[in-house]
Amino acid sequence: MQIDNALILKLEQLARLELSEQERKAVQGSLNDILKMVEQLNTLDTTGVEPLIYLSETENHWREDVVQFQVAKKAALSNAPLANEDYFKVPKVIDL
Amino acid sequence: MHTPRYTKLADIQADLFSNKTTCVELVTYYLHRIEKKRSLNAYIEVFQPESLQRAAELDKKYQENPKSVGRLFGAVVSIKDVICYAGHQVTASSKILEGFRSLYSATAVERLLSEDAIIIGRTNCDQFAMGSSNENSVYGAVRNAANPAKVPGGSSGGAAVSVQADTCWASLGSDTGGSVRQPAAFCGLVGLKPSYGRISRHGLLAYGSSFDQIGTFTRSVEDAALLLEIMSGADDFDGTASQLPVPTYFANVQQVSPETHSQKSKIVYFKQAVDNDGIDPQIREKTVHFIEQLREKGHLVEAVDFEYLDYIIPAYYVLTTAEASSNLSRYDGVRYGHRAAEAKTLDEVYKKSRTEGFSEEVKRRIMLGTFVLSSGYYDAYYTKAQQVRRLITERTRQLLAAYDFILMPTSPVPAWDLGAKINDPVSMYLMDIFTVQANMVGIPAISMPLGEDSAGCGIGIQLMADKFKENELLKFAQSIKK
Repeated sequence: MQIDNALILKLEQLARLELSEQERKAVQGSLNDILKMVEQLNTLDTTGVEPLIYLSETENHWREDVVQFQVAKKAALSNAPLANEDYFKVPKVIDL
Repeated sequence: MHTPRYTKLADIQADLFSNKTTCVELVTYYLHRIEKKRSLNAYIEVFQPESLQRAAELDKKYQENPKSVGRLFGAVVSIKDVICYAGHQVTASSKILEGFRSLYSATAVERLLSEDAIIIGRTNCDQFAMGSSNENSVYGAVRNAANPAKVPGGSSGGAAVSVQADTCWASLGSDTGGSVRQPAAFCGLVGLKPSYGRISRHGLLAYGSSFDQIGTFTRSVEDAALLLEIMSGADDFDGTASQLPVPTYFANVQQVSPETHSQKSKIVYFKQAVDNDGIDPQIREKTVHFIEQLREKGHLVEAVDFEYLDYIIPAYYVLTTAEASSNLSRYDGVRYGHRAAEAKTLDEVYKKSRTEGFSEEVKRRIMLGTFVLSSGYYDAYYTKAQQVRRLITERTRQLLAAYDFILMPTSPVPAWDLGAKINDPVSMYLMDIFTVQANMVGIPAISMPLGEDSAGCGIGIQLMADKFKENELLKFAQSIKK
């Protein structure tokens, strides 16, 4: 497996990143190095092995459906790079 | 060489309870140490007026009623910059979270505070806990206090150095693949990573959600046990936090004395982790000597071949980067954190903010994670790694059914020179070979100081136990301490 320029561009779009030409080359190089290391997994036969997804072995734990943790609007907006009194603000999304 | 004023909380409290010192005097001492050790770059922010104020309040509380103080009275603690503390900044050593102030405290922090701990500051780390040397931080690299030309290890390097340099009693870090144990080894400390789910992850900035655990840096096993006991247990804010009761780790460890401990344990090590030319000779020699000492004490120590050792790192990087690419998608420049000034459209807000806000290593891992999760590659990489995770887990737990502990060096190499590996990600990743297994399987692991290397930095030995066997692990660690 080789990650080529087209695939790097696609991954950038999926990850919402925008690498410079120089960064892209570096990332492409190191991703290919890492994938070479990862290819080693293919030497292991995993036919019929169930993927391990969850580490917790406990059953579902239920609690009462009551609100326990609320953040006041002002606090919630306090870290926003751009906001008014009620909302987070972003550049216009829909043209009317 | 500076001798730390205290090595365990019991000694601090003995002085407090006999009026030989006060919390204010303690915090003043540690603040002075922080100032003196600035060049190590362990702290991102010191909570100076606040920690002194809290110390004064606690002194008053004690004077009014000596019985009213909590179990962590006199405990001055630093926290890694990925752990939330209400009203304080938390940035994961990144630009994207520059200036971000947490609205709540991590459950672990909450529990420390309710036992009267004092939080003295937040410590430097690799950005988003991604790294093994603490060189990947917007605040610059951290230096090893034993030898400032060497790395302290990572990603919780600042946390480790804050204890190593005697600027606080203990420190909280996070461990996704060794980020507590490896720096603990390089800095000559006890580093504990509990079982997955033992301590709530609420308020810990997520990297690899099925791997992350909060861990501790202390100078003694009993203090690690005390912190674990206080922070562990069920939490409504983290569904993966275990419901299992929390044993009295601290009292149990205190009852163990290295001189009189008579219980014999069965220990296994992997041939490849000891009898291997890739292991640094100093580390190998100390490990072999340690194994001989265990045998002399009557413990059974056997070697096995662990056929999956070489698969651990590749599977780990597929799985953690996948989880990271998903977890770090929340940093989009909209609700908090850095927003690129020149972004004209919403898509540009996402792209430019993330591009400016993440370091090269973080971007590399996001890109790799995005790749392994992307359509067409998902089964070949992500599912495959999950299958390998099961094989590794089953084999490891099979061994832990036959033996009490798995033993191996914490790191195959001693602390390296600053800058030596930063441009070679693959070789840096391979340094985690012995620590990653515990996170893959979700089992507890501890790194204990084993001595010093020729450069003066620490060498550690690691012990792992089966899931939720912290009690047995800590008691054994206490019984073998020097």
